[in-house]
Amino acid sequence: MSTVQASDFICILPQIILSGFAILVMVFEPFVPAARRVMLGWFALFAVASAGAALAWTSTLPGTAFGGSVEASFFSIFFMALFLLVAALCLLGSFDYLARDHVQHGEYYALILMATVGMCFMASSTELILVFLGLEISSISTYILAGFKRQDALSNESALKYFLLGSFATAFFLYGIAFVYGLSGTTNLTALAERIHAQSSPPIMLWVALLLMFIGLAFKVSTAPFHVWTPDVYQGAPAPVTAFLSVGPKAAAFAVMLRVFLVTFAGEGAVLFWLLWISAALTMIIGNLGALAQTNVKRMLAYSAIAHAGYVLVGLATGGEEGSASVMFYLLVYALMNVGAFLLIAHLAGTGEHWTNIEDFRGLGFERPGVAACLTALMLSLGGFPTTAGFLGKFYLFRAAVGAGLTGLTVIAVVTSVISVYYYLRLVVVMYMQEGTPQAPSAPMPWPLRVALAVCVAGIFLLGLFPGNVLTLAHLAAMPLP
Amino acid sequence: MAPLNHILALSVILFGLGAAGFVIRRNIITIFMCIELMLNAVNLAFVGFSRYLGDLSGQIFVFFVIVVAAAEAAVGLAIIIAVERNRQTLAIDEIDSMKM
Amino acid sequence: MLNSYGPIVIFFIIAAAFPIVTLWVMKFIRPKFIPTPEKVMPYECGITPESDARGRYTVRFYIVAILFVIFDVETIFLFPWAVQFQVLGLFGLVEMMVFLGILIVGYIWLWKRGALEWI
Repeated sequence: MSTVQASDFICILPQIILSGFAILVMVFEPFVPAARRVMLGWFALFAVASAGAALAWTSTLPGTAFGGSVEASFFSIFFMALFLLVAALCLLGSFDYLARDHVQHGEYYALILMATVGMCFMASSTELILVFLGLEISSISTYILAGFKRQDALSNESALKYFLLGSFATAFFLYGIAFVYGLSGTTNLTALAERIHAQSSPPIMLWVALLLMFIGLAFKVSTAPFHVWTPDVYQGAPAPVTAFLSVGPKAAAFAVMLRVFLVTFAGEGAVLFWLLWISAALTMIIGNLGALAQTNVKRMLAYSAIAHAGYVLVGLATGGEEGSASVMFYLLVYALMNVGAFLLIAHLAGTGEHWTNIEDFRGLGFERPGVAACLTALMLSLGGFPTTAGFLGKFYLFRAAVGAGLTGLTVIAVVTSVISVYYYLRLVVVMYMQEGTPQAPSAPMPWPLRVALAVCVAGIFLLGLFPGNVLTLAHLAAMPLP
Repeated sequence: MAPLNHILALSVILFGLGAAGFVIRRNIITIFMCIELMLNAVNLAFVGFSRYLGDLSGQIFVFFVIVVAAAEAAVGLAIIIAVERNRQTLAIDEIDSMKM
Repeated sequence: MLNSYGPIVIFFIIAAAFPIVTLWVMKFIRPKFIPTPEKVMPYECGITPESDARGRYTVRFYIVAILFVIFDVETIFLFPWAVQFQVLGLFGLVEMMVFLGILIVGYIWLWKRGALEWI
């Protein structure tokens, strides 16, 4: 029997801290009067900060723990830092939103923390069953978060769709794990890679297992044709939750994809390559064309999120250190842009999120120039304009793809992202060039939200102009991948 | 003692039935039960492989899957109750207020 | 090969024949069934049914059922631990106490939020 040592616990210290604080928030919740519940939110933010400090400590002690089922590597640390950043930004954007819409409950903050724990395990685990548990922890938490406005019919509907399709997808992922286990006798990714590479001709069942796992993860990252739930769920969920679930679970599922498809199943190159190629092309086309027809901002950004998943899939199809590093860099950039955009819309939509149509934003550029400038910067970055991080992220992805000889896919990617400029700019045009006054009553922007937005916008320009350090980190993280 | 092929065949049939039911059925509770059926098909495959390989870990995975399925069932039923309270219906076709 | 299924076939025939023969024989022995209002009531002991058995249950039952499912299923982890209690030793005990502690926190939360109250 293997013994458990203190170093094992240090390896998962960030997750332990997050879970512990999440439980504490749940315990305190019934004892805190409703007027002071926002304190629980600050407590949760403190938890994220402590987990960040623990992560910094863990990063000095790389290695595996618990019999090789969890690892602390540059790869896992890069993703965990990303998840903590997303959680912190969403928490900052949620404090006043929850008070405004009368759903200020401590469970919200606990669920954000728990979802973050699940995502951290998805990125740091090298054992498929633990990956599955992480996936479920984050999924179940986000199902509840999507339906957090219990009285709101749209929020209910969003939670229901997310739940039904999400659990349908995890069943596929799990079935894939079962077949992998049956064929190789192990679910440890490192051991699995050795056994697969040792075989000269992999059995056909391995491809079936691969396909099942791909379907499960494709639902999570919402790639075509498994994207049908995305617009409804993103539109119905409370906007700060949409910010969280359009970025966190997606990045976590991409982390699993990178680890499982590029490392463990690297021998299955051809099958996997065409699978990724076709779904990348489909996703970019469907996402960008779908967004053109939308009149609701949240729904438009949902289609845009689908399209961005397509760009990331281009990087996955590219593979190699270059491809993986550009995927990681892009996920970070995408997180900043998308969280910023959804948090800003959460604020602008007003009480009960009544004003989410594109037309509702007309005249905003004159009425509230600062806010409009912020939203414009985010839209330009999403559209991939030079000097913003969105441009550099796409540039690295496409350059890696061309370098690997994926010219056809890159052409599709460039053409569709040119199309995407139309719908991002439409919002800007409505804000600055159409007469009228903004529909939603203009409440002053609360300062925690200002901080979160400042981080997002500053991050976009910093990464757009000086990507050097972060890009080096992404390359370091991608190094252990082939 | 049933051979592995038979166990896997049953598991695939159950999984297929669950997936087909998920697509065809129109009542939310039934759809939800189809998902549970799929998870149990996975459990069956795990147990079958575990005995075939003579390796106990497959059976331990089943424990985790059962617990996760229970947690999912609890959250799912709670969401379904919330939907029912707001709309007085459980037919999936009537829950479509967000079509463009 | 086929011979080995012989006993099963015979078993099926006997199993099918048994209820048929019994019911046929009983037809001559038992008293004739004359339906009276008392005879066709759901409860022969005489209690009058108050409503249809397929009526709707209050949603409160679902909440209790959900809570039951969660706490019931968690015991699945207690069984392997109980069987290997000696081998797992102190570490196993501490681990299990942490697990149960988390469950108890959930229980406290439920209680305080009023999920156990019956309205």
